Amino acid sequence: MKPLIKTTDLYLAFGGVVAADNINFELREGERLAVIGQNGAGKTTFINICTGYLAPSKGKVYFDGRDVTAMAPRKIVRLGMGRSFQLPQLFTEHTVRQCVQIAAARRNKELSWFRSLESTIDGREVDATLDLVGLLPDADELSIGLPEGKRKLLDVAMALALQPKLLIMDEPTSGVASEDKFGLMETVMHALDERQVTSWFVEHDVDIVSRYATRVAAWIAGKVAADGTPDEVLNNAQIKSEVLGA
Amino acid sequence: MKVPVLSLLAAVATLVLGYSYSWTITPIVIGLTYAIAALGVSVMARAGQISFGHAMYSCISAYTVAFLARAMPGTDALTLILAGVLASFLAAVVIGLFVVRYRGIFFGMLNLALSMVLFALLGKLYTLTGGSDGLRIVRPAMAGFAMERESFERALLVLTLVLSLALAWWVQRYFRSGSGQALSAIKTNETRLEYLGFSAYLIMWKGYLLSAVVVGFSGAILALMQGLVTPEIGSWLRSGEFVFITILGGAGHAAGAFLGAVGFETVKLVSAAYFPGLWQFLLGLTLILVIFMFPTGFVGQIMKRVAAQSRAQAREKSPVRIPVRN
Repeated sequence: MKPLIKTTDLYLAFGGVVAADNINFELREGERLAVIGQNGAGKTTFINICTGYLAPSKGKVYFDGRDVTAMAPRKIVRLGMGRSFQLPQLFTEHTVRQCVQIAAARRNKELSWFRSLESTIDGREVDATLDLVGLLPDADELSIGLPEGKRKLLDVAMALALQPKLLIMDEPTSGVASEDKFGLMETVMHALDERQVTSWFVEHDVDIVSRYATRVAAWIAGKVAADGTPDEVLNNAQIKSEVLGA
Repeated sequence: MKVPVLSLLAAVATLVLGYSYSWTITPIVIGLTYAIAALGVSVMARAGQISFGHAMYSCISAYTVAFLARAMPGTDALTLILAGVLASFLAAVVIGLFVVRYRGIFFGMLNLALSMVLFALLGKLYTLTGGSDGLRIVRPAMAGFAMERESFERALLVLTLVLSLALAWWVQRYFRSGSGQALSAIKTNETRLEYLGFSAYLIMWKGYLLSAVVVGFSGAILALMQGLVTPEIGSWLRSGEFVFITILGGAGHAAGAFLGAVGFETVKLVSAAYFPGLWQFLLGLTLILVIFMFPTGFVGQIMKRVAAQSRAQAREKSPVRIPVRN
């Protein structure tokens, strides 16, 4: 499988704190990567560098074979990288359907000044995306009124409407009641399989990681301390003591 | 479909009023120029951005009309209006390039600062602009017809009403379009917009151009109606009045600017007639009441009810609730 994301000697420090310490990393097509690590280990920084939100002081990021180092997020997104957030980033004054319609309009590169938003996009495609994450019954609700679990799903649906090759999810289950976490992940992973999207998610819950990831990478102090199958990494002694705190 | 019919009826009623009592034409046309300007300001308000300097585009357009009418006597009124709007557009192309980088108070104050620079220049460059006395405009022909004052004003009333309807229709189309929806998404989540692959900068810039063009129409009509342009057209007080009308009427629908203008003019007229010397106080009081009682303006209040109704209807139509996969 060809690498979707490839980084070479990525380095970034905030003052004295090294958030990315010469990271050489590859994410291949079809993988479901879980990234684990303590708070401040550099997981989100790594995402922010790969999505163009932060520029590394050294090193390169390649996405799908193209150099995207320090490219603006919107340009990287246009190449096929979707992102969902720890705190869902929604258009709170729009309805659930409109949020996905706006995303779909961008993919069509159809941003008319004159024709209504609904007429420039394929309504069935939008409904299919909403259905895929189970939000079709809530399509006409304002996004601000949704409970947190559904807000997370809408955040994912907006990224999926772009039909990305890769979806990066920063803590998809944080803020969701523990009994709902598996249901949420089940829905998201089913949607990603259906759309054949490679995924990469940051997660703290070991049960979720071992159930849904095909590969796990553990971050310690800006470095990839362990990288392999869930079994290998979650049973690694150093990871057990320093990351999982067992 | 109700709004277009009501708007058309309102326009016809206004026309009848103007033709029946010709003394009402001047206040009506001037009131409509305020409404059109507020319509322009409301475009940026959709993005959550309030400009305290948009009278500058009205002023640029008005002075362009005056300069052109003096430099090329005999230029038709319609050509003058188009030239004025073009000048506003071109100014916004350049000014927009940097003001749309800013948000909130910085966007508002930067526009204000630029409008005051223009205001000061118009007052100081006496030989060119006539200073604070302004420039007179000789009444031009309209659509090829040279007219007396009364028929010119009547023709201008018709033209202003037609333009009001056309601009409101255009702005409303824009609000519902992909560009317009993306613009209103700037208000709630610019980060998400960028992570969908949009350029928030470009979306803001396009919205800014539209708003300047609409305000430009208001300035050109005002110049022709008054037959005089003065720096006051671009003063910060005027910008403030546009913002006042926008907030009063609400930015949720193009009709808001017109409702806001009616509200504004009514309060001004009533207080001037019954409480002279207190009208500014009463305007302020009205604004405070409006912000407290319906922060999204007149149309916001109306639209909230309509939207709640249609959502309730949609819910009834699809009673099957598919649970999230567990």
